[in-house]
Amino acid sequence: MKPFILKLRQEPPQRVDLSVLTPDRLAGLSPVQIEKIEIGVTKISTKAGDIFDIVPGDLKNLRYEGGSSRFDLIGAKLLPEFSIHVDGDVGAQLGRLARGGRITVTGSAGPYAASGNIGAEIEIARDVGDFLAAPLAGELSGMAGGRVIIRGSVGSRAGDRLRRGVIVIEQSAGEDLGSRLIAGTIIVLGATLGRVGYLNKRGSLVLAQRKDFGPTYLDCGAHQLTYAGLLGRSLVSVSSGAARLLSCKLRRYGGDTSVYGKGEILTPLED
Amino acid sequence: MPELIRNGVRIDDSFAEAFPMSGTGILITGPNAKWARQAAQTMTGFATSVIGCGCEAGIDYEVPPEETPDARPGVRVLLFAMSSKDAEKQLVNRLGQCVLTCPGSAVYSTVPGEFEIKVGDAVRQFGDKWQMSKVVEGRRYWRVPVMDGEFFCEGKVGLTKKSVGGGNLLVMGKDWESTMRATEAGVVAVQSVRDAIAPFPGGIVRSGSKVGSQYKGMGASTNDAYCPTLRGVTKSALDEDIGCVLEIVIDGLTDAAVSAAMRAGLKAIIDMGPEQGAKRIGAGNYGGKLGPFHYHLKELLP
Repeated sequence: MKPFILKLRQEPPQRVDLSVLTPDRLAGLSPVQIEKIEIGVTKISTKAGDIFDIVPGDLKNLRYEGGSSRFDLIGAKLLPEFSIHVDGDVGAQLGRLARGGRITVTGSAGPYAASGNIGAEIEIARDVGDFLAAPLAGELSGMAGGRVIIRGSVGSRAGDRLRRGVIVIEQSAGEDLGSRLIAGTIIVLGATLGRVGYLNKRGSLVLAQRKDFGPTYLDCGAHQLTYAGLLGRSLVSVSSGAARLLSCKLRRYGGDTSVYGKGEILTPLED
Repeated sequence: MPELIRNGVRIDDSFAEAFPMSGTGILITGPNAKWARQAAQTMTGFATSVIGCGCEAGIDYEVPPEETPDARPGVRVLLFAMSSKDAEKQLVNRLGQCVLTCPGSAVYSTVPGEFEIKVGDAVRQFGDKWQMSKVVEGRRYWRVPVMDGEFFCEGKVGLTKKSVGGGNLLVMGKDWESTMRATEAGVVAVQSVRDAIAPFPGGIVRSGSKVGSQYKGMGASTNDAYCPTLRGVTKSALDEDIGCVLEIVIDGLTDAAVSAAMRAGLKAIIDMGPEQGAKRIGAGNYGGKLGPFHYHLKELLP
């Protein structure tokens, strides 16, 4: 069955909240009703019909033909078995609190992508802003499940307070990658800027490029970890680079010993 | 007893009577096939009968590295008990004492059963708070630091109450050698069927039992009707040309697995013929009133 299509007519005049256009919320509505949904976030009205041409189809596969960096909250609270595909860029908080399903973006994403994600698989073909999978102000933990694949680079504080799930960053990561990690796994195939794993409690950082991790990470030797092999196999189809990295013998640095200290940074024996 | 004959082997018009059991299966992997096998053998030791061992367990099949989750050689093990509580107790104990202790081992669930047994969630405490939990593709695992690296174990394994225990074949031959030859061929065929095991030594039991005893308090005793040395002095079920009886007992995760295993065993024994192997094949039952699963030999013939 053909996907349900939201075709971009024009760049929105303001940021738009697209959390109201998730498949479960659109179910049972006619195209006319959908066109009348308010998506603007200011006093000036912007309705779905002002921005999109609507082509009805199977709501299990929602497709945005054309994106914008003003498209916020796409796929928020997405449910399992639904998928959203965006041809183009997206704005902030992509997949916020998504419970499951799959979100793919062919362009770049703004800050707080995958924030609070619980079970969705999110794939972004280009770069992502700051605070990937991080909690919003006042929240105690970040992403709590699911899998995020970033083909490009990410900004600072990626994986902040990550609680569960796997994040793969195929290029570089900005400052303070994996800060305040609670658990979960972050894999970075490119360079990392500044500190990594600051105040890491129990999380795993797998970094293709070794660097000085500071005095609070302690060398625990090189090991062939069964966990790394299993995770690598699960990533073969989505990131061959990550799978290759995980198949190597990895040097384990335990830390961050300035806090709970049960986390780790894993790097290959040679860069 | 009316008999059927296949390839010269007499087949009793009888049936095996089997019982519902709680069953579970795990995959044990190791750094090489030797150590995966070692962990599996240790874990399934002293697990021939629920009567004295608390469970019945055995190796189902070996798994090549390309088919295991962590790309290491593996062995699939099945374990059966009379209740889910017993199965949980036995699995957790055996995992803790036999697999956790075995160098290089890792454990994965292989049965998507109706219930779950917490195994890794129990064994993890050995890690003394150094253990780490990881979720990969929706399944939780535990990494427990041990002296050779890490013990990697899935948090929960599935358990099904649809398992069946007590499928059996009574293999009767002229002497010990020919009977053993036929029974061994039957065991090889039974072991080739997935989701089924033959838990006794080498898949064979020589001490088949009957219900009850002349001694007070003994629930089971030797099946004198099938003991060749008592043929003249008891109400024997054996013909004059039978000098030895061996039994293959089969447990399976499903009714279909037990049925398939019995069918495979029967075929292998019949194919060998009466000169080299068995002269007669029977099956053990209790009159059909105790166990709800009845496997009639005539329905399983090749």
